[in-house]
Amino acid sequence: MADLQRLPLHDLHVEHGARMVPFAGWEMPVQFQGVMAEHLHTREKAGLFDVSHMGQVILKPRAGMDALAHELEALMPVSVAALAEGRQRYGLLTNEQGGIRDDLMFANRGDHFYVVVNAACKDADIAHLTAHLGDQVQPVQGRALLALQGPLAEDALARLVPAVSAMRFMDVITVDTLFGPLWISRSGYTGEDGFEISVPDAGADGFARALLAMEKVAPIGLGARDSLRLEAGLCLYGHDIDDRTSPVEAGLTWAIQKSRRAGGFAGDDRIVKELSEGPERLRVGLLPEGRAPMREGVALFAADGTPVGTVTSGGFGPSVGKPVAMGYVASAHAAVGTPLFGEVRGKRLPVTVAALPFVPASYKR
Amino acid sequence: MKYTEEHEWLRVEGDHVVVGITEHAATQLGDVVFVEMPEVETQVATGDEVVVIESVKAASDILAPIDGEIVEVNDELASNPGLVNEDPTGRAWFFKLKVDDLSVLDTFMDEDEYADLIG
Repeated sequence: MADLQRLPLHDLHVEHGARMVPFAGWEMPVQFQGVMAEHLHTREKAGLFDVSHMGQVILKPRAGMDALAHELEALMPVSVAALAEGRQRYGLLTNEQGGIRDDLMFANRGDHFYVVVNAACKDADIAHLTAHLGDQVQPVQGRALLALQGPLAEDALARLVPAVSAMRFMDVITVDTLFGPLWISRSGYTGEDGFEISVPDAGADGFARALLAMEKVAPIGLGARDSLRLEAGLCLYGHDIDDRTSPVEAGLTWAIQKSRRAGGFAGDDRIVKELSEGPERLRVGLLPEGRAPMREGVALFAADGTPVGTVTSGGFGPSVGKPVAMGYVASAHAAVGTPLFGEVRGKRLPVTVAALPFVPASYKR
Repeated sequence: MKYTEEHEWLRVEGDHVVVGITEHAATQLGDVVFVEMPEVETQVATGDEVVVIESVKAASDILAPIDGEIVEVNDELASNPGLVNEDPTGRAWFFKLKVDDLSVLDTFMDEDEYADLIG
C-alpha cells in the first residue's frame, strides 16, 4: 500500500489487530475484532474511531465573522450567520445544479469557523472554498481526528477531560490537556451520543491509549462505522448523496433552516422549486422481508413490476437483527409501509418502505 | 479431509462428499448473516455457483468443487448463519454431493498442503 497516506495512529491500530485497507487515499482500519462485535460494542458501551482521513479546515475571516458567514451562505443552503459561538451545525455544499458537492460539519469557534469534510471530497472542497473565499481557507495540518461514540462515551472521555460532561449535542469546546489543545464537539455519525476530538499528532497516540486502557472503550473500524450510520439513517457521501442528488430529495430538508428556503445559494433554482413542489424522488428507508441483504445497486420495483428506484446503501443491521437499506424511489412510492420488490441475484424479493432511522438516535440534547 | 484452492473442505461420508468452508475462509468473510442454499437433487458441474454467503461486508459464492448431485443441504444455516463463523468445519457443513467416483478427491490438497497455501 505504497501510495497511501498513513494515519498518525497506524501502529496503534496494527497493535490492536486491525485489518488495514485502502480507503480514499489512506490506509484505514476496516475492522478489529469483527464488524458485528464492534457495532454492538459501540451501541452498548463506547467505540473509538480513527477518522483522521477526513479533512479539517479553518475558515479565518479577513473582515469579521458576519461577512464570512454571508460568503459561506452563498455556497450552502444553511444558516451560518445564526450559528452561535460554541455551536456546530450540519451543512451541505451545493453546486449550481442543486446537487450536493459534499456534506460537512461546521462550528463557530468565536474568531473562526472550523469545518470537517469527507476524505474523498477534501481536495475538491478546499479548491472550491478557496475559489470563493480566497486565503480565508486554511487546511489544518498535523492533527488527528478521533470519534468516541456510544452510551458510555461521556463517562470515558470525562475521566480525561471533565469539562465534556457539561456539553450538549453539537456544542464545541477547546480544552488544554496533557495531549495538547483538544478541539471537541459533542457529535458523531453513529446515532449514539458521543464526541469528535481533534488532537495534535504528537498527543494522539497517548490520548487514544488512555481511552483504550478503559475496559468500556474498544477500537472500531470503518466496517462498523458504516453499519452504525446506516442504522442511524445517515447518508454516506458518494453513495446516498452525490453531485446529482439535491438536499430535498435526499430528505435533508431539515438541514435547510426556514430563513434560507427562499434562495440565495448555489443551486437555489432547483432546491427552492423542490421545496415548494416536492421532488420527483425521495430517499427512503427500506426493510427487506427475508434475511437476504439488499446492497447498493439493487433495483427496486413496484408490485406491478414498474421500476421505481435503486438501493444506495444496504447490508445487515446488527442492532436491528436483520437486513436494512436505504435508497431512492419515485415520490409516489415513498410513503412508509409501501410494499416494493428488490431484485437480488435475479429474484424479486419483498421489501417495505420504512421510517428512518432504524435505531432511534440517543443524542444528549 | 481434503481442501480446495477456493478454501472449501471436502469430507467423505459413505459414498457422499460433504462440503464446507475452512476456518480461514470464515475468518476472511467476517460475520455471516445469510446463506442461500441450492435445491436438493440439483445436478452440479465443477465451478457452478452453488451457495451464496452474505457476510456483514459482502456477498460471495461457494463453487461446486466436483461434478455431482446435491443430495442434502444443511437447513440449519438458513436460520442460524452465524454457525459458519462458530463451527465452520463441523456443524456448518453446507451440502452433500453424490459423486460417481470418489477417487477424484485424490487431486485435492491434504491438510499440510492447505496449511502451506494459507501460509
